Amino acid sequence: MNTRSLKPWLYLLPAILFLTAFMVYPLFDVFVYSVEEGYNFASQTYSGTGIYNYSYVLHDQYFLQAVKNTFILVIITVPLSTGIALLISLGLNSLPKLKDLYQTIFFLPYVTNTLAVGLVFMILFKKTPYSEGFVNLLIHFFGGESVDFIEGPYWAKMFVMCFYTVWIVLPFKILILTSALASVDQDLYKAAKVDGTSRLRIFYKITLPMISPMIFYLIITGFIGAFKAYSDVVAIFGVNLNAAGMNTIVGYVYDMLYGDSGGYPSFASAAALILFAIVLTITCINLLVSRKKVYYD
Amino acid sequence: MKIVLDHLTKRFPNRNKDGGFVTAVSDFTFEIPDGKLVGLLGPSGCGKSTMLNMICGLEVPSEGRIYFGEDDVTELPPENRGVGMVFQSYALYPHLTVMQNITFPLENLKGKDKLTKEQMKAKALEAARLVQIEQLMERKPSEMSGGQQQRVAIARALVKKPRVLLLDEPLSNLDARLRLQTREEIRRIQKETKITTVFVTHDQEEAMSISDLIVVMSAGVLQQIGKPQEVYDDPVNLFVAKFLGTPAINVFTGKIRNHRLFIGDEPVMHVQEDDREVYVGIRPEGFILDENGPFTCALNRVEVMGRDTSVVSTHPLCENVVVRSIISTEDKPDPDAQDVHFFLKPQKTLLFDRNTQERIYYHEVPEAL
Repeated sequence: MNTRSLKPWLYLLPAILFLTAFMVYPLFDVFVYSVEEGYNFASQTYSGTGIYNYSYVLHDQYFLQAVKNTFILVIITVPLSTGIALLISLGLNSLPKLKDLYQTIFFLPYVTNTLAVGLVFMILFKKTPYSEGFVNLLIHFFGGESVDFIEGPYWAKMFVMCFYTVWIVLPFKILILTSALASVDQDLYKAAKVDGTSRLRIFYKITLPMISPMIFYLIITGFIGAFKAYSDVVAIFGVNLNAAGMNTIVGYVYDMLYGDSGGYPSFASAAALILFAIVLTITCINLLVSRKKVYYD
Repeated sequence: MKIVLDHLTKRFPNRNKDGGFVTAVSDFTFEIPDGKLVGLLGPSGCGKSTMLNMICGLEVPSEGRIYFGEDDVTELPPENRGVGMVFQSYALYPHLTVMQNITFPLENLKGKDKLTKEQMKAKALEAARLVQIEQLMERKPSEMSGGQQQRVAIARALVKKPRVLLLDEPLSNLDARLRLQTREEIRRIQKETKITTVFVTHDQEEAMSISDLIVVMSAGVLQQIGKPQEVYDDPVNLFVAKFLGTPAINVFTGKIRNHRLFIGDEPVMHVQEDDREVYVGIRPEGFILDENGPFTCALNRVEVMGRDTSVVSTHPLCENVVVRSIISTEDKPDPDAQDVHFFLKPQKTLLFDRNTQERIYYHEVPEAL
């Protein structure tokens, strides 16, 4: 091999080394763990190889609950947060005077610590012997029955979870969408106006296609982010998620490794690979759907 | 459709937010005759695009009225005025094909004007044929050259058969060769459709070459309207004289003393005018090379370009960097000479008041100096 073809590889060497050590090897290791049956953490031995770990995880009530929770979270929050972000961005774009102020306000959650926000949400929603929580006070005010959002019925907890997730991801989406809207050539709008195009038609025929790559980007990253939800759930419902019935797939993986019932890297690896398969499938579907709908320059 | 602009003024709030205004167009009154191609000409920032936007309906005038024929359209939105507009950037919808771009305005029609898909296609093809892009209907804008995009934009503006066609700097994004070709194209399309057309440009050559009428404006104020050649021959003030013509007019500071026009200490012409301070504007073709000529410049170089010989010289009182004169090739100036001497052609020598810069119409006294 001559020096000319060697040189690029030399430049890439640091990146390749790091990626191999911290990405490729662990991924491979996870796969290996997931097929080792009866793995013993203390003695680092296993009894055989096979798909038992997958079978166990797929039959585990807690895992199925985690999958259900995660899917509900994804299906509700991704479209909802993207839609709300789009509405807010459109609003921001059409009021130039207060745009800067509102943009700052909307961006605040992004720079606030997840756990701090979680605490605030607990204060808002939690029912204690001393206080009903702010939201319950509101419900009372409008003549409703108080609900325990943190330890109460499943739908109430799921509502808090979705509300929290939408709120926490909004700022980033608003930021992306306002800049996407601002970068649309203003002459296109003028041209449409000269032709008497209705506002609705301008939105569907010009604005939406022009910012479609950014919307698509937000949907893909939104799906992936929501599937990986964990720290937010802990912030609101504490570490014992299985007991609360609010575990997520990543939470399940963590519990299998380090939780009270932990010490099962094989089960954790199997669950992680199942999550990987789910995310990969959804992303591929997204890509296929977007090919027709998204306009790239 | 003739267009009448009646005391049109447009003020914008200035950036300091102190309630002050910037006047982009000031008290503009003129009439564009039916079926003419009119060039709105002026330097950058003179308000010509604002003017066009007001005719289009994208901007509402602060004062004054706009009439299309007998109709007062001042308050009407663009779509009810019957205008077609071609933007400087073309403003083609990048995600739509040529066909979809051209049919876009038609799809907005509602009620009794609503068209079927076939009617729209037929109309789009008709417009496309006019600008000769009917073989590109399935392309996206990014797959076309600048000139082709320009044609699509014109087709889109024409598809609704507007009463008035407006073009904002239609040639500025094209390279030199395409520019020549496209301006002939605009002329042809205008002749074929007979639509009253207004186009904005800062390039005087472009305006002079294809317009029936040119409207020269500066700092929001109308300077002069006329046929291109008339405006060139007979500018009303120094601004118009300087703005039209390539090479530019040569401007000297001069004075009139005892019915004689002086540039420096040299009397160059006899005029029936009282003593005053003037600017003397001499078109490049206004010089006659003659050893006995009264006007002397220091020779720089002689440029022979095809049918013209251009004498480049300097004069201390000239406002331009060099004095450029175009003489016929029969005259052979000595390129090594120190000085060149000229007679001046009176109809190409224009006088302007030193203070107001307004034109002074003088009578030349054709007698020996």
